[in-house]
Amino acid sequence: MSLTAQQQLAMLRTRQTIRRFEERASDEFQAGHIYGVVHCYIGQEAVAVGICSALRREDQIISTHRGHGHCIAKGADLKRMMAELYGRATGYCKGKGGSMHIADFGIGMLGANGIVAGGIPIITGAGLAAQLDGKGRVAVSFFGDGASSAGSFHESLNIAALWKLPVIYVCENNSYGVNMPASDAVSVKDVAERGTAYGMPGIVVDGNDVLAVYEAAEAAVRRARAGAGPTLLECKTYRWRNHTEIKGIPDSRPAEELAVWKEKDPIARLVTQLKTQRLLTDEDWTEMDAAILQEIEQSVAFARESPFPPLETALEDVFAN
Amino acid sequence: MRQISYATAANEAMLEEMRRDPKTIYLATDAPGPLVKEFGTKRVLGTPITEATFTGMAIGAAGSGYRPIVNWSMVTFSFVAMDQIVNQASKIHYMFGGQAKFPIVFRASVGGGRQLAAQHSQSPYSMFMNLAGLKMILPSTPYDMKGLLKSAIRDDNPVISFESSRLMGLRGEIPDEEYIVPLGKADIKREGSDVTVVALAWMVHEALAAAETLQQEGLSIEVIDPRTLVPMDVETIRASVRKTGRLVVADEAGPTASAAAEICALVTEDPATFRALKAPVKRVCALQVPIPYSPQLESYVFPDREKIMAGVRAVLQ
Repeated sequence: MSLTAQQQLAMLRTRQTIRRFEERASDEFQAGHIYGVVHCYIGQEAVAVGICSALRREDQIISTHRGHGHCIAKGADLKRMMAELYGRATGYCKGKGGSMHIADFGIGMLGANGIVAGGIPIITGAGLAAQLDGKGRVAVSFFGDGASSAGSFHESLNIAALWKLPVIYVCENNSYGVNMPASDAVSVKDVAERGTAYGMPGIVVDGNDVLAVYEAAEAAVRRARAGAGPTLLECKTYRWRNHTEIKGIPDSRPAEELAVWKEKDPIARLVTQLKTQRLLTDEDWTEMDAAILQEIEQSVAFARESPFPPLETALEDVFAN
Repeated sequence: MRQISYATAANEAMLEEMRRDPKTIYLATDAPGPLVKEFGTKRVLGTPITEATFTGMAIGAAGSGYRPIVNWSMVTFSFVAMDQIVNQASKIHYMFGGQAKFPIVFRASVGGGRQLAAQHSQSPYSMFMNLAGLKMILPSTPYDMKGLLKSAIRDDNPVISFESSRLMGLRGEIPDEEYIVPLGKADIKREGSDVTVVALAWMVHEALAAAETLQQEGLSIEVIDPRTLVPMDVETIRASVRKTGRLVVADEAGPTASAAAEICALVTEDPATFRALKAPVKRVCALQVPIPYSPQLESYVFPDREKIMAGVRAVLQ
């Protein structure tokens, strides 16, 4: 393992930040301060952090409706994220996007997308741009097991393999598309097998092991930067929360299944590893969490103090000038 | 002045703009030989038949600093890419708070007249006009085609270029020197004082022919070509109607929730223009059916100069 203690601690910090941000977002949603819908990523944090740790700032990612983790892992500002969830003028999208449409083109975050598989062709085009630029940039698409059966997934993989585009397709297989088990929706045992059909490596990774995800991502990134083409990475994971934070929507997943996955908590697992290696003490961990909570608190305060967008801004940005 | 065809005018526009800006790239299922020859396969990309994906790829490339021209060929093929057009291209500039630009041109042939039946013959401008966030041009002459397409390629927004398949071989004069036609500026193709005919694409030529015949009967017809459907130059149209007091809108699409319906509404909801009207407005459109194959049925379904003349007479009653 080439990762330094510093890097591993940074990964732990990012993952805990995602979890605390979403716990707070859910509370704020229940309290009526955040509108619409919030889809939590809790339980899946190792995927976003493992992948984004292998990327540079200029590398591009595209996200899904469950996008907070990808934004934070790519380096998005928590204050502007929280302000967007609060529908405020200081939010990333000036209050026009909300939880499902956060983007920060300045850090290569090309947007969270409310349409399953909708982002896959777009990031494939970003991969084409990266290839034309010839500066070794890579493009990463996050999507779920559900999207792997959509047409644009298959079309995109075909073109990316054909043209050797520097794209990494990251399937976060959390076993369910809303309440539909992946086993009822995906014709193969592993989504990764679908990579073979298009002539690219299809690799299965333990999505709850951040170091395993990082290693696989690192290899895929190296391959992409070298001009050898795309990779399909399937990260097996599980979401702890229901599909959304809206109360009263049935969750048909068996309780014992969740219990098994909670045993594999990607954060607790890394904490234990780091403690065993004497890279982290109980005290360090408590301190780190307290600092993260404070940062989240500041983001909430920033959002609350920010103004709502002036009504006339509803008419702005339909077209670029 | 040179004489070139409508189709050649489009090619000249692309060649000139691709020479002007190396960030302009071309994506389509068919990579045209002359473009490949000059710019190579890196900038002129022949794609698999995957409209949904190459339309989406244009969005990703545009958001990463390129200016893609996407050729859907027939507009009906764009329906396969509806998510990328409707949910992505038209919305993402707005939805993300205006933080990135998406300069893309989508080229698409529209209309009928070649017995290609329902899945290859349609003029669905209004489906796209109903969205916010897409601009659209509808050239009726080689001059307009070249000038409008160049403006579309330079525009920082997604622009759909609706190109009449009946007009591809039409020849017309083009200046030797460089020119552009700005988006959002209608053209008065013929001045007149008795009736305003707003005509779209191929119907411009049918309206001009109708006006010529009606002139022999002593009627003076003004023919207006909006040229750009979004943004629509409503002021030029209203000013003409205030002058003539009568409006006929001629369009190759069906009348229901159409561009023609929109033009009628824009005219009648303006109090000054409404007060100037001497007769109810009239739409001369295709019949509201999928376009049929058999030549006799196809001709029956489309409007033409005869139907425009009947429309003009109706508003003069």
